[in-house]
Amino acid sequence: MSHAPDSYYVPHGSHWPIVGSIGLLFLMLGVSTWLNGADAGFWVMMAGVGIMVIMLAGWFGTVINESVHGLYNAQVDKSFRMGMFWFIFSEVMFFAAFFGALFYARNMSVPWLGGDSNNFFTNLLLWEGYESTWPTNGPGEVGGDYEVMGPFGLPLINTAILLTSSVTVTIAHHALISGKRAILGTFLALTAILGFIFVYMQAVEYIEAYEHMNLKLTSGIYGSTFFMLTGFHGMHVTIGAIMLTIIWLRVVKGHFTPDKHFAFEAVAWYWHFVDVVWVGLYVFVYWM
Amino acid sequence: MTTAVADAHEHHGPEKGIKRWLFTTNHKDIGTMYLIFSLIMFFAGGAMALVIRSELMTPGLQFVHPEFFNQMTTMHALIMVFGAVMPAFVGLANWMIPMMIGAPDMALPRMNNWSFWILPVAFGILLSTLLMPGGAPASGWTMYPPIVLQTGVAFPFLIFSILLMGLSSIMGAINIIVTILNMRAPDMWLLKMPMFVWTWLITAYLLIAVMPVFAGAVTMLLTDQFFGTSFFLAAGGGDPVMFQHIFWFFGHPEVYIMILPAFGVVSEIIPTFSRKPLFGHDSMVYAASSIAFLSFIVWAHHMFTVGMPLSGQMFFMFATMLIAVPTGVKVFNWIATMWRGAMTFETPMLFSLGFVFLFTIGGFSGVMLAIAPADIQYHDSYFVVAHFHYVLVPGSIFALMAGAYYWLPKWTGHMYNETAGKLHFWMSTIFVNLTFFPMHFLGLAGMPRRIPDYSTQFADFNWMASVGAIGFGLSQLIFVYVLLTSKKGEKATDRVWEAPRGLEWTVPSPAPYHTFDTPPVKRVSEEAFE
Amino acid sequence: MTVINLMLQKSFLSLLGLIFASAANADWALNMPRGITELSAETYDLHMMVFWWCVAIGVVVFGAMIISLFMHRKSRGAKPATFSHSTSAEVIWTIIPCIILLVMAVPAAETMIRLEDSRDPDVSIVITGYQWKWHYKYQDEGVEFYSSLALPSVKARFKESGVDPFSVENYLLEVDRPLVVPKGRKVRLLMTSNDVIHSWWVPDLAIKKDAIPGIINEVWFRATETGTFRGQCAELCGKDHGYMPIVVEVVEPDAYQAWVDTRHAGGAQVAQMEN
Ligand code: HEA
Ligand code: HEA
Ligand code: CUA
Ligand SMILES: [Cu+2]
Repeated sequence: MSHAPDSYYVPHGSHWPIVGSIGLLFLMLGVSTWLNGADAGFWVMMAGVGIMVIMLAGWFGTVINESVHGLYNAQVDKSFRMGMFWFIFSEVMFFAAFFGALFYARNMSVPWLGGDSNNFFTNLLLWEGYESTWPTNGPGEVGGDYEVMGPFGLPLINTAILLTSSVTVTIAHHALISGKRAILGTFLALTAILGFIFVYMQAVEYIEAYEHMNLKLTSGIYGSTFFMLTGFHGMHVTIGAIMLTIIWLRVVKGHFTPDKHFAFEAVAWYWHFVDVVWVGLYVFVYWM
Repeated sequence: MTTAVADAHEHHGPEKGIKRWLFTTNHKDIGTMYLIFSLIMFFAGGAMALVIRSELMTPGLQFVHPEFFNQMTTMHALIMVFGAVMPAFVGLANWMIPMMIGAPDMALPRMNNWSFWILPVAFGILLSTLLMPGGAPASGWTMYPPIVLQTGVAFPFLIFSILLMGLSSIMGAINIIVTILNMRAPDMWLLKMPMFVWTWLITAYLLIAVMPVFAGAVTMLLTDQFFGTSFFLAAGGGDPVMFQHIFWFFGHPEVYIMILPAFGVVSEIIPTFSRKPLFGHDSMVYAASSIAFLSFIVWAHHMFTVGMPLSGQMFFMFATMLIAVPTGVKVFNWIATMWRGAMTFETPMLFSLGFVFLFTIGGFSGVMLAIAPADIQYHDSYFVVAHFHYVLVPGSIFALMAGAYYWLPKWTGHMYNETAGKLHFWMSTIFVNLTFFPMHFLGLAGMPRRIPDYSTQFADFNWMASVGAIGFGLSQLIFVYVLLTSKKGEKATDRVWEAPRGLEWTVPSPAPYHTFDTPPVKRVSEEAFE
Repeated sequence: MTVINLMLQKSFLSLLGLIFASAANADWALNMPRGITELSAETYDLHMMVFWWCVAIGVVVFGAMIISLFMHRKSRGAKPATFSHSTSAEVIWTIIPCIILLVMAVPAAETMIRLEDSRDPDVSIVITGYQWKWHYKYQDEGVEFYSSLALPSVKARFKESGVDPFSVENYLLEVDRPLVVPKGRKVRLLMTSNDVIHSWWVPDLAIKKDAIPGIINEVWFRATETGTFRGQCAELCGKDHGYMPIVVEVVEPDAYQAWVDTRHAGGAQVAQMEN
């Protein structure tokens, strides 16, 4: 099956999507039954995870293989790039929902509970004596006393780590473009390592929060927004770091050329996106 | 038509048997699956609507318990919105967009397959909740907390099925955007694109922007329920109303997601049967973009009774009213397209005309709802139910029917049964009005929505609406008949209609499995757009 | 083809006839009630104003369309024109709707400002929604009670109850203990909920406000007529959402005072009964 390089490559049938759907079915049924209290659900969920991993490996493997064999022309490449761009945009909007919740809580619901705007009676009749502040676990003091996670120490170090990693990935990119494979490999590896260090540090931070500060997911709206925002971000860093590792392996195998390296760029974009989200987090969750 | 099936050695035809459908990466196969799936869902959701209408036919409880009634309302809406209307438009997009812009296929064919095959999983999970202890979700399709947190076993299944629907929609939308932006024939510049492609481009953008927000909202429900977060709990500093803001930030664009492609479809059909080019193509594009932009800043018009500060109510009232302007531009442009044309009234045209009439009526009630002080009376009454069924049923559904009749000969290669089609249209139009027009009166007279039983003063109009609903439902069987006999008609020509515009009419009927191998450079300017 | 169309048109017409004929001999409420407060009347006027604007626009839009449908059909030998845009026309039909909308927006905004002004009430009542009844607490009078669906309706509402709803007076719209308020006084309602979101709606007062757990919403009204006015919970609140009606009795101020006094006298017993 030879394709002229100027024709758009349209694959003929693939079983990976349907495998993915079956994986999702197991995953979702599993999580749901597990959350409903059936332990068996956990194993169904893990089966789903397993299928998904196989699917992702197989699917991406196929794509990489096709790419290596030169089936993709420039237009296909552009489709991938655009696809990645819009995928990242959708991720931005996902985070926007949680940032929105944070802003709403800080600027609306918490002040209202304290009697602001047209909510004088909300405060007087239901939550008398509650004064709005931020951070807060609400007038019901849900989750009990807690300490606030300050902007210095661990979070600051983590900020430095992520910012550095953004630089290293850019250096790697430049190295790739100018054909300096050694620098490319080193800095890419460095980026991934920084990513994993970040995740490790965040785990340390969470343990500290849970064990010593009584700051938990259940600590009212502060705990909710803090852990959901940083948690989803951490999840994305983890995924990003894994992807960086895979890209690094591909670099080691000699993939990518100075003018064709979509996968590398996609992961780099993703990494910058994760970085930008962190800056937002650092400012609005830790700092202000 | 030689461009169409050049180099046969490169292309296998479709695979045989079930594998063709499970593994396919062909935009036509996937489009067909979307369309069939959505038709099945339309009947499932319609069957639930019939349960609702049967129960409401006369006062007193006859058939179901209140719990089950609420489950029917919830499932009816979720299935119609996410299972019927949205996938149907994605199906049309899959079939038509590559053909309309001269692309060999969708940009990301494997992902296209996945977008579809997630849907049966999502709706399988959702429908299975009907059999669970405690039944299906019963908190309305809006899923407001705290009531939604009282859902039993079905709760996590609800959340995850919605996440899956969101995943499918996002991937579908990414595919459509990328196809439109990257796969156009060389001299099809953006402002030359057919209206259907344009409206889908904007719709896809809306989808990518709001589906993730919806996913975030239901994720917060999940964590509030199972992991003790306080997003929607006042005691913890959150607010139940916060969910409504996030939901409607998604929900309002969502209703335009269901209508913009409909605008696109009728903008294709009216020029064809008026034998005149679409009036004001570019201003139609700007109007659709303005609608999309405004749709992001009007969401709280669904929340005029939650106790927002005055300034908020004012803002959302004015912004909402503004939407009438670009929508009006569309309506006027359609009429200007018909004006001094030479119209004929084949089934697709009839459905499009029905669309323009009845959607406008729904739009008018929308503007009434936008008037905040008056909305305080209308809100959560049958007036709202009347409004949104007018824009959704003779709106979206009629446009879908119009599109199906319009392109059916291109898909099957045969003309459908025109008599049956006309009958389908007239029956649908009569009954849809009989069903939903009286609901305006019910709402104004004070009947709340989402109730299984009502005071006797509402009896007559409810009876009428129920009769209408049964009639409307039966009329849809005519459509099934048309589909089943769709290959029996005479052979369709390539152009099918007398004066259609667009690349899809330059390929054979039925359209070959692979339409364009080499982009149809010349055709764009010479044949379709001269 | 034409035969079918003709048949369809005929049946459509006779159907319409049927609707209007029966509309004439039943006393169906077709429109929003004008209500019994200043603001309900204002709301009604707004509603009618917007409605007539829509009718007017509808006449123009549908008129043009119908003319076109008859005149510009191929079967009458019409030859298609070729124009495809006209900037001036498009500007006109962008600007005229804007003006109409402005005309609607101004009175709407004025009414809204008045709706929000619940300062200085004469009577202040805290309303709490429960699944599935209402609790009323008069802040200064020290009167409080629950209000739920009246017994005759309760007996009739279940499946296979054997009771014909038509035989029950005010089926589903009657409560055991109505809310009593004085005529001509400014009454402020402070709305909240004990469980899920409810919404307190009485069309004749033009009031619909969500009762949200953890939040208090304010509304007010001043009734200009005495009488009994009925409404229902308007926010889906679970299985018995359809069964939590609201009845408001507006009485003369003396009668109101007398009612408060009897509630005081019997208050202790009532409270016990209710627990
Ligand atoms: C396809 C779906 C669709 C569409 C297109 C619309 C279109 C509009 N909708 Fe609708 N709406 C829904 C689906 C839709 N809606 C749904 C599903 C709900 C309920 C959700 C729920 O609660 O479950 C809802 C509810 C809803 C509400 C909340 C009601 C309530 O709960 O209290 C409001 C309030 O403002 C509203 C307003 C509007 C407006 C102003 C438009 C406008 O876009 C209409 C614009 C069109 C026209 C105006 C007609 C043509 C214009 C002219 C001819 C020009 C001249 C006209 C004037 C100057 C007036 N809608
Ligand atoms: C695109 C969306 C869409 C569509 C197409 C419809 C279509 C219909 N809807 Fe609905 N509807 C909604 C979206 C939609 N709806 C939404 C969003 C709500 C709000 C829910 C909420 O409050 O949360 C709602 C709520 C809603 C209510 C209010 C319920 C309540 O408040 O309690 C009612 C009541 O009459 C109703 C009726 C109908 C009817 C009669 C149709 C008809 O047009 C349907 C006609 C189709 C058929 C009847 C199918 C044909 C079937 C057969 C011929 C026989 C059956 C076959 C078998 C059993 C095999 N819908
Ligand atoms: Cu209470 Cu609905
Ligand atoms: Cu809306």
